Amino acid sequence: MEKTTTGTVAAGTDVGYDLDIVKMFFTATVVWALVGMLVGVIIALQLAWWPANLGLPWTTFGRLRPLHTNAVIFAFGGNVVFTGIYHSTQRLLRTRMFSDTLSRVHFWGWQSIIVLAAVTLPLGMTQSKEYAELIWPIDVLITVVWVVFGVNFFGTLARRKVQHLYVAIWFYMSFVITIAVLHIVNSLAVPATWFRSYPVYSGLTDALVQWWYGHNAVGFFLTTPFLGLMYYYLPRAAERPVYSYRLSIIHFWALVFLYIWAGPHHLLYSALPDWAQTLGMVFSVMLIAPSWGGMLNGLLTLRGAWDRVRTDPILKFMVVAVSFYGMSTFEGPMMSIRAVNGLAHYTNWVIGHVHSGALGWVGMISFGMLYWMVQNIWKRPLAHPTWASHHFWLATIGIVLYTVSMWAAGLMEGLQWRALNDAGQLANPIFVDITARLNPFLWIRLLGGAMYLTGAVMMAVNFWQTIRGPERPAAEPVPVAAD
Amino acid sequence: MSNDQSQSEKAYGRLHRRLFEGKAAIFAIATTVAISVGGVVEIIPMFSTSSLSWERAGWVTPYAPLEVAGRDIYIREGCYLCHSQMVRPMRAEMLRYGEWTRAAEYQYDRPFLLGSRRLGPDLQRVGQKYPDAWHYEHMRDPRATSPGSVMPTYPWLHRDKIDPADVTASMAALAKLGTPYTTTEEGAVTARLRSDGQMIVDNLAQAGITAAWDDEIVALIAYLQRLGVEGRQHLATQGGGQ
Ligand code: HEM
Ligand code: HEM
Repeated sequence: MEKTTTGTVAAGTDVGYDLDIVKMFFTATVVWALVGMLVGVIIALQLAWWPANLGLPWTTFGRLRPLHTNAVIFAFGGNVVFTGIYHSTQRLLRTRMFSDTLSRVHFWGWQSIIVLAAVTLPLGMTQSKEYAELIWPIDVLITVVWVVFGVNFFGTLARRKVQHLYVAIWFYMSFVITIAVLHIVNSLAVPATWFRSYPVYSGLTDALVQWWYGHNAVGFFLTTPFLGLMYYYLPRAAERPVYSYRLSIIHFWALVFLYIWAGPHHLLYSALPDWAQTLGMVFSVMLIAPSWGGMLNGLLTLRGAWDRVRTDPILKFMVVAVSFYGMSTFEGPMMSIRAVNGLAHYTNWVIGHVHSGALGWVGMISFGMLYWMVQNIWKRPLAHPTWASHHFWLATIGIVLYTVSMWAAGLMEGLQWRALNDAGQLANPIFVDITARLNPFLWIRLLGGAMYLTGAVMMAVNFWQTIRGPERPAAEPVPVAAD
Repeated sequence: MSNDQSQSEKAYGRLHRRLFEGKAAIFAIATTVAISVGGVVEIIPMFSTSSLSWERAGWVTPYAPLEVAGRDIYIREGCYLCHSQMVRPMRAEMLRYGEWTRAAEYQYDRPFLLGSRRLGPDLQRVGQKYPDAWHYEHMRDPRATSPGSVMPTYPWLHRDKIDPADVTASMAALAKLGTPYTTTEEGAVTARLRSDGQMIVDNLAQAGITAAWDDEIVALIAYLQRLGVEGRQHLATQGGGQ
């Protein structure tokens, strides 16, 4: 059974596949990664040192923060997922994508959405719902482009040359379907002008719909497609079969079923009915099981390959990624427990959690895949193999500085907000006094973020020089970069 | 992996394979069902008639035109990314901000602006806490009123003007969604904007500040000064409630 499962992974030649579209998405990924993380570093500076807001409307934190989140999630995250999907789907199903035209419409449509976002958000055009800020005409465009992608993806499934659908494909499918449902339901609104609209839901119902969307944007944009990438690229890079086929079945169905219920953990202690808050909490805690199922399946795939993990930067990136996935999906359920959330909510702790998932899991699994892919698609060895190792260490230390400083800051402010003195009065009645004590941590976070960005810049330069370097004879097996 | 483990894996896998993996359409439908259950169970009840009352109360009035304009500015500037609007039912929080926030207080909020960060203090009950002039100064230079604040400056709000036609369009869309406005006719909306704005302008004049009724800052002050006030008054007289 395992043999056949992974037999599909050990695919043969790329002849007849559309690799140009993969290269296009690959390039866009690297460009947007740099942009999104640069904006992250800028807003981190603004939080540590307010004059960096510059006193201009277009550069204040309130307008740049959504630019950061949209750029890293939908521009970097979206493009990296499309890169992996367009590449691995063709190989797994042994067929070219359904339509080259639809592939290009998807590519250029998605990039134009990103450019529109980069223009409208600094202008203050926003619907204010987190990760769904873009104004309604762009929402319509997103819907159209998503349908194009869906037709292209399912069209490819329909004309596949192998019957069996490998586990990565299941995760991609859940991504395509769920994001469509979430986007449409959460974006329903009545336009007032071309640039402004009001949602059909109001008050806490609107909040519930939004966090049903928001949590599952994490679940189905930053988790399931990346698990799909893990299921394809980790075994390829490690040259080992996936550990357990059965585990992948169980954890897939449990994950997609449970995730949807967890949204209300963003609304604990609100006036949302108790039963809804409790459901959100209970399902969030249960989510730990399928999440760790995925982590274990990834880590155990490396059994017998640990010696290579020490030397191969690609595997290093992937191991750290899967470990951070495990860590943030342990932390998340803990933070969903009412009492813990009472302390963590509203604080920098949540920001630490977000970035242990985002930098640790999403970022690192992407880097691993990109390093593997640049050598396989362009059929060239890395121009600077040692830089990949430097990138790995910069990123890893950067994440640690980022998350540890945010946990410390979050705990500190959470405790100081609630501290009472002997008389039963607030021990820190002046809010900004507490804020001032957080400042050193914000500088440490900035340093961590800057290191992470520096690593990504090294990766981009490395890719640039690799792609422009001499091609290798195609017959030669592609060695994995070692330092 | 031991032998019987892989045996059971085979049986299990064969079933899954026969049911789903050969048939993309069935797999897709099964996935759609799996991802729909949670949302249906949690969200649909919010719309049933018996549930609707949990979010509704007569002691809350819709936003007036100037407040709608101010709220749109609050959204445009992303204030909600640093300020929450939800006081939680916890002792320290109620000491700092006031009564915890009831569902009905949000009933006319489209979109909701609860926020998920507190880089600055909660604003759900900030209304009437400070004089209008305080807000005017604070938005121009936060450190003038709150030494040590990390908030950006917003000098353009004191320069730029609201557009009554734009506010009217917002009112019309909100009315379409069921907000009980008696009129969304541009002349009436403009007249109301002007009279509400003038009251704030007069307050500011007493503090020696010259402003105009259609300054963006005036609209923003109107919005901030009503936040949480009706709830506070109601809860003070009723002594709690849902
Ligand atoms: C160089 C790397 C990065 C830096 C310096 C950075 C910095 C920041 C900062 C300063 C914030 C605002 C925090 C606050 O409100 O207190 C933020 C928010 C956020 N970032 Fe990043 N970021 C980086 C990379 C990423 C990546 C790669 C992702 C996702 C793949 C990401 C996802 C997010 C999200 C989702 C939020 C919003 C969190 C929330 O609303 O709770 N970031 N980031
Ligand atoms: C089992 C998995 C997870 C659970 C149960 C979970 C739970 C939570 C909880 C309780 C919060 C805090 C909500 C609040 O108090 O405001 C949160 C915030 C967040 N988490 Fe997770 N988490 C999980 C995994 C992840 C992963 C893997 C990522 C990233 C890839 C992630 C990204 C985020 C983001 C972006 C936010 C901030 C949302 C916002 O306020 O804007 N989470 N999560």
